[in-house]
Amino acid sequence: MNHKEVIELLPAYLDKELGISDTIAIERHLEICSECQHEYAEQSGVSALLKREALYFKAPDHLAQRIKVALPQDHSQSRQFKAWSFSWLNVGAVMVSLLAVVWSGGLYLTLPSAQERLTEELISSHVRSLQVDHLADVISSDRHTVKPWFNGKLDFSPPIIDLASQGFPLVGGRLDYLDGHTVAVLIYRRNQHPINLYVWSSTDMDANPEVQSRQGYHLIRWTASGMNYWAVSDLAINELELFVTTFGSQV
Amino acid sequence: MSALTKEKRFQVMIMPHLDSAFNLARWLTRSDQDAEDIVQESYLRAFKFFDSFHGEDGRAWLLSIVRNTFYTWHQQNKMQVINTPFEEDLHSIKQEDASLEQNTNNKPEEMLIQEDNRRLVHQALEALPVEFREVIVMRELEELSYKQIAEIMGIPMGTVMSRLGRSRKQLAEIIALTNRDAL
Repeated sequence: MNHKEVIELLPAYLDKELGISDTIAIERHLEICSECQHEYAEQSGVSALLKREALYFKAPDHLAQRIKVALPQDHSQSRQFKAWSFSWLNVGAVMVSLLAVVWSGGLYLTLPSAQERLTEELISSHVRSLQVDHLADVISSDRHTVKPWFNGKLDFSPPIIDLASQGFPLVGGRLDYLDGHTVAVLIYRRNQHPINLYVWSSTDMDANPEVQSRQGYHLIRWTASGMNYWAVSDLAINELELFVTTFGSQV
Repeated sequence: MSALTKEKRFQVMIMPHLDSAFNLARWLTRSDQDAEDIVQESYLRAFKFFDSFHGEDGRAWLLSIVRNTFYTWHQQNKMQVINTPFEEDLHSIKQEDASLEQNTNNKPEEMLIQEDNRRLVHQALEALPVEFREVIVMRELEELSYKQIAEIMGIPMGTVMSRLGRSRKQLAEIIALTNRDAL
């Protein structure tokens, strides 16, 4: 990485938004470049100052009450919703119940579509991880190296098991961002096929593995002991199932 | 019954982020009163469009509405001067500095230094142009990720990064400048 690139990436380095390889490259450059050291000191100084000086404005107590009153609990109270409730009155009870039916129908429809989006997100994350040499942030077949790497990066501790003797050697781990939270990804390999195993903490009840297939990839999801798991791979479905069974029996 | 469900979900997912909404609005408008109006208007809009919200990040979603509400309001209030000229801001900081020193001479010295620092940083941030100010507030005060900020502002993550870099640099310059002037 050259000097210009480092200077550009310094804010992201300061904010810990970079992957491990970029971070290491910048640290190396920082050791020898006084201009970058100066720049970094200035940026981190400002950042620390802002955090220290308690510049956060908390909402005044009366604001919550003010909003509560303005929100349409009672439809006649808000000017925003006046036109709305007026037309409701005109059209009458039939319209109200019709809306209720549409609304509850909408609720049912949104549930699978959220699931759908997560599946899409997982596949694109999987594909992305294979594209730009960013399969793993920490590369090691030793779970005693991979496990500590996650320490302090997540608010849960993913179970990390080496399945080399069962034909699924551990390749490494990385962090990813899915569905609004940071998740751990464990990477295993079966012959030439990488398996991304996404893990994040969950309050859902335990759920048995469920198979999905999309764009030539297979996904298996399950929930066990407060963790959500999604395995994604282009492996044959029976092999991926074998992986899930093997993993599940070792946790 | 359906309305109740919506209100309950709104209570759980959106209401808890009132402080974040106010903090952003307060830094954008630089006024308590305007911030309260913006936040209230944002909550009404959020409720109105709540059916179209299916994500999990209620805070980021609300903040994008606060931001949009602010810019709409800003457009409509052309008379309102949002970006006070730089020189003028620095001037007023100096003046307030002088008056504060007189008022607070009896305070313990350390507290004075601390309070001075806080005010200095506060005024430097207020003097920052709004497009720099908002990214600083979202990152340093709200501690949002680049990805969240990018989504709220509708710009690429790379732009979030470079704008943050420039904002911090400019803020450092303002602080250095006022610090020197105050001596």
